[in-house]
Amino acid sequence: MGSDVKIKRREFLHKSALVVAGASAVATGVAVVGFGAEWTARLKTLSAHEGETLLKMARRIFPHDRLDDSYYIKVVEELDAEASSKPASASLIRAGVASLDHSAKGKFATQPADAQIAALKKIQHTPFFEKVRSVEIVALYNNEEVWKTFGYQGASFRFGGYLHHGFNDLNWLPDPPEEASPKPS
Amino acid sequence: MARFDSKDDSVVVIIGSGAGGGTLANELCHKGFKVVLLEAGKRQSPLTFRNDEWFAFKQLAWLDKRTTSGSWRIAKDFPNLPAWTCKTVGGTSVHWAGASLRLQEHELKAKTTYSNVSGANLLDWPVSLAELEPYYAKAETKMGVTRTNDIPGLPGNNNFKVMYNGATRVGYKTVHTGRMAINSRPRDRRSSCWQLGFCFQGCKSGAKWSTLYAEIPKAEATGLLDLRPESHALQIQHDRDGKATGVLYADKDGKHVVQKARIVCVACNAIESARLLLNSASSKFPHGLANSSGQVGKNYMRHTTGSVYGIFGKPVHMYRGTVMAGIITDEAALNTKRGFAGGFEMETISLGLPFAAAFLDPGAWGRDYTSVLEQYPNMAGMWIVGEDMPQVTNAVTLHSKEKDQWGLPIPNVHYDDHPNDLAMRNYAYKQGAAVYDAVGAVKTLAVPPYPSTHNLGTCRMSERPGDGVCDKWGRTHDVKNLFISDGSQFTTSGGENPTLTIVTLAIRQADHIATESARRNL
Repeated sequence: MGSDVKIKRREFLHKSALVVAGASAVATGVAVVGFGAEWTARLKTLSAHEGETLLKMARRIFPHDRLDDSYYIKVVEELDAEASSKPASASLIRAGVASLDHSAKGKFATQPADAQIAALKKIQHTPFFEKVRSVEIVALYNNEEVWKTFGYQGASFRFGGYLHHGFNDLNWLPDPPEEASPKPS
Repeated sequence: MARFDSKDDSVVVIIGSGAGGGTLANELCHKGFKVVLLEAGKRQSPLTFRNDEWFAFKQLAWLDKRTTSGSWRIAKDFPNLPAWTCKTVGGTSVHWAGASLRLQEHELKAKTTYSNVSGANLLDWPVSLAELEPYYAKAETKMGVTRTNDIPGLPGNNNFKVMYNGATRVGYKTVHTGRMAINSRPRDRRSSCWQLGFCFQGCKSGAKWSTLYAEIPKAEATGLLDLRPESHALQIQHDRDGKATGVLYADKDGKHVVQKARIVCVACNAIESARLLLNSASSKFPHGLANSSGQVGKNYMRHTTGSVYGIFGKPVHMYRGTVMAGIITDEAALNTKRGFAGGFEMETISLGLPFAAAFLDPGAWGRDYTSVLEQYPNMAGMWIVGEDMPQVTNAVTLHSKEKDQWGLPIPNVHYDDHPNDLAMRNYAYKQGAAVYDAVGAVKTLAVPPYPSTHNLGTCRMSERPGDGVCDKWGRTHDVKNLFISDGSQFTTSGGENPTLTIVTLAIRQADHIATESARRNL
């Protein structure tokens, strides 16, 4: 998984570069497609509409106002990758998106947030919902960029552990006595 | 490293290289026995471990499919992952947190102590604490347990500071950084603890005892250990007299090999040990090997567990440093006034953000849940580990339809919480929350049990052959050269983390095997 993470990071950088390229294209007056189309165009199996719907769904399942869409787009990319390798997952996801649109009597993706949450509550015990939720919980929270915004520092071996990096720096409670908690040797 | 011929029937074959099997292998090699150690997983090392929860989970965990049933919440949240144990050289001793506590005298006499708990298949251990004490001492020395042998305790981290202050404010008396098989100073050619915070992911500093680097290399140095990683045991074979003759396994290429043996020791962790005996059924042993009692796979225990997390107005950073950084032992003593039998320990625990998201409330979603996760840096956590009741219906059985990659039935793990387990868990949740409330928690979370790391009792020790699978030495009642060498032997669970007792029993079993061999009884 280490190399996967690296590849994803590279993809992310690549994506950022595209956005920058798009912005400069706007500045120079060249007509460009928007941010949304930029990323949905890279989906291998899912359609742009399916991608947009899953993006909204992912935001409603684990909403964090501090995170922009790029983190949730990674979730959709994971779902797209699974749909590309497993036909059964592709069918499950397609049918799930269609049922969300059907119950929205239009497009789930353009519904107000409250209506989207209500619609998701109705399907929260379905295999489709569980597929999206379980892929999202890994794809969203196993991301070092996300960790930074949550105050989680992750791997410590690279700097010799937390022994000299704050493992006992809590200062709003008294230190336990030495017989309970000896000083570091 | 030794390499013994598959037809060499003078070797001892040990199946599983974790706390039980890995220790037993080293002990036997040092007594001059030739040992073939079969391990289903690959060999890693501190160099290949990664401070990365999901990576390590995929690298180390036993992920072969299992099914679940019963009223435990695991069956709903993790239907195919009843246990969080390891498939790797060193087994679950790579993943364990290091807490090394002795069982208490009254716990070894659970039936006598708790008398008749309705629905519980309680039994006294056929061994007393006095018999185990010298071996506990050997195990503590071997593992370098802090607060024994003049080894200082580990320094407490932020998570422990919160526990200590809360615990003492609610009146708990015995709160400290625990008895841990983690070096507080360099020892046994291993480093002292760097407070990495990734005990569960394989200790990259090597400070935590694991058979992977603390026992197996010493066994290899004797020239008597033939370690075979990626060798998945399929069946224990026997002769017409009912004596074990060898082990059929699939090697790393999937080729079936029979390794002959004079003695076979089973140490595959409680789910796989039971499955292996059940899958070794024959015309002579139609209900599974060593199963004349019908108790193989039964009485499955996993400790009464759960976690309590406190959210505070200020930062804690619980993930920094040892995962089990401290303990409150007051609730572990015999105390019949709380409305349940048995006791429990309260030990700090921490999860990184990826696993916190996955485990704090499995299946939860929406803003209520994410607003909790956004408090991550301000969380402190503790784990509850208490005695659970053996029940004959809590059992590892063979799945009626599903087969594994070798064509053998996969295990189903059935577990219903006993009313005693529920009463203890609810009481422990309340006490854990009180600890955090005492130091100003804004909110506390009662978190359901994770997939089980303490899997016990499926081949239990018993005085009478009709009550269990093996005797006080782990020797099976039915097959005289077949031993159970892991936590499956536990007659009851006690309220303590089991590894120290598993290692203790392995050292003792090695002595017994040597003595019995010398007397030509083996």
